[in-house]
Amino acid sequence: MGFPDGSKDLSSEMEVDAFRRLFPLQYFERHLAEAIRPDGRPLGKARDTTVVLGAVASANGSALVKIGSTTMLSAIKMEVMTPSLESPDEGCIAIDFHMPPICSPLVRPGRPAEAAPVVSKQLSDTISGSGIIDLKELSLVTGKAAWMAYLDVYCLDADGALFDAALLSAVAALSHLQIPAVSMNDDGKIVLVSDDDGQKQAQELVNKEKRNLTLRSIPFSLTCILHKNYILVDPTAEEESVMETVVTIALDTSGQLVSLYKPGGPVLAFTPSIQDCVALTRQRVKELKGILEEANSTMQVE
Amino acid sequence: MEIERPDGRSPNQLRPLACSRSVLHRAHGSATWAQGDTKVVAAIYGPKSGTRKNENPEKASIEVVWKPKIGQIGKAEREYEMILKRTLESICIRSIYPNTTTSVIVQVIHDDGALLPCAINAACAAFVDAGIPLRHLAVAICCSVADDGYIFLDPNKQEEEKMKAFSYLVFPNLNVSVLPERSSQEGGEPTAHGIITSVTHGAMSVDDYLHCLERGRAVSARLSEFLRKNLEPKSSSESSRAG
Repeated sequence: MGFPDGSKDLSSEMEVDAFRRLFPLQYFERHLAEAIRPDGRPLGKARDTTVVLGAVASANGSALVKIGSTTMLSAIKMEVMTPSLESPDEGCIAIDFHMPPICSPLVRPGRPAEAAPVVSKQLSDTISGSGIIDLKELSLVTGKAAWMAYLDVYCLDADGALFDAALLSAVAALSHLQIPAVSMNDDGKIVLVSDDDGQKQAQELVNKEKRNLTLRSIPFSLTCILHKNYILVDPTAEEESVMETVVTIALDTSGQLVSLYKPGGPVLAFTPSIQDCVALTRQRVKELKGILEEANSTMQVE
Repeated sequence: MEIERPDGRSPNQLRPLACSRSVLHRAHGSATWAQGDTKVVAAIYGPKSGTRKNENPEKASIEVVWKPKIGQIGKAEREYEMILKRTLESICIRSIYPNTTTSVIVQVIHDDGALLPCAINAACAAFVDAGIPLRHLAVAICCSVADDGYIFLDPNKQEEEKMKAFSYLVFPNLNVSVLPERSSQEGGEPTAHGIITSVTHGAMSVDDYLHCLERGRAVSARLSEFLRKNLEPKSSSESSRAG
């Protein structure tokens, strides 16, 4: 609050932990002045990121993503449905984001988290806006049958930059997705083909074999905190609660801007800082692309 | 190389604006804001003693309730509520009424495109009507980008569906500031050019976005003027129109 001078004097007398709790803003600002963050990262460095594909055996595609200690699990389930009359040759994808009470002390059992529907909406906007999936590819028989993909993202540990981790895990699950082989039986119904009898009914198969989805330009995102003249990349939950102005930028691999999201906040964003954030995001997109490709290639070796 | 818009406007032309204040008698502050056929009513109740959920011993909190024209509140509306809440929190001087909650109720009367900017403008006018101290006003604008990179301001629903991308931008409006002459310039750019809120839908190039910013800033001055004219005490009770 309002003890800029008092706190400076106190900081030499107080224990570090007490200072951090009592004057969180001053605590962070003294770190920022030294161009470092309390967890030892420089301002422009994101936390370590890992992607593990196929974490859920029963799903058609799944991924477990960790950015620092923020953890997201996403899984895709495919179902056959009748396509709508407006788009008879297109499948459909339904995206949902869940924040169970396990993920953060701020989420109480029985009361849904405030952030969950917002992240969920942002995810579906970004994924549909970037055109990563051609919905026509999810079609089976025009006007009769198409795939409905349920993509569910679960937050297991919420430690800041939720959207970045959620988007990365959603994209990773899509890249791991295997569309099951189906055939049409005599009644005109679509049935799943199990591996054993797949050979016998080969002539009736609607799609030849299990296949991956072709992903076009893949979106990746980066969250930055704006505080005074500093830009902090990939904030933790503590940093997000102390410094409130957050900008999330999503770029796809072809360099198009898919989303630039700044919901209010006390700091105004000017053109130079926007351009800096975009440049930081470009770097991060390259990094994440490499991480995802590596995860996919180790998957194929296995 | 002019591209025709369905309603015959030029690319930079806004729809007719209308704003009236104190439309509701029981609310502490209220306003309607219309851009063409899009119309929203906002009502303010508060500051009232903090409810347990929102209590903050240092700052006033704001809660936003979004009422759609028909049906239940969905994910999109929840997102609007959050954006509106955070935008309003950034323009209020929240340390003045600590430990209180101010409720903002937004009722959509008709949605014909650019709904969120319209709601932000309405809420801002309602805040002034309620006499709640603000750091500065905010003006919101929707810019849409066509396939060939052309930018159209304030699209209606029909245009919004055709466009490849659009962005909602909120800029500060501070000709008359309650703050002392701090610095109306920041890093070579006037403060009125800073972005309070930005939300985009669809894919566009970074340059397109920067063009949107430029156009948005240019027109926000005109919107600010209209808002200020409407907030002057004389014209407070009757609505006025501007092209």
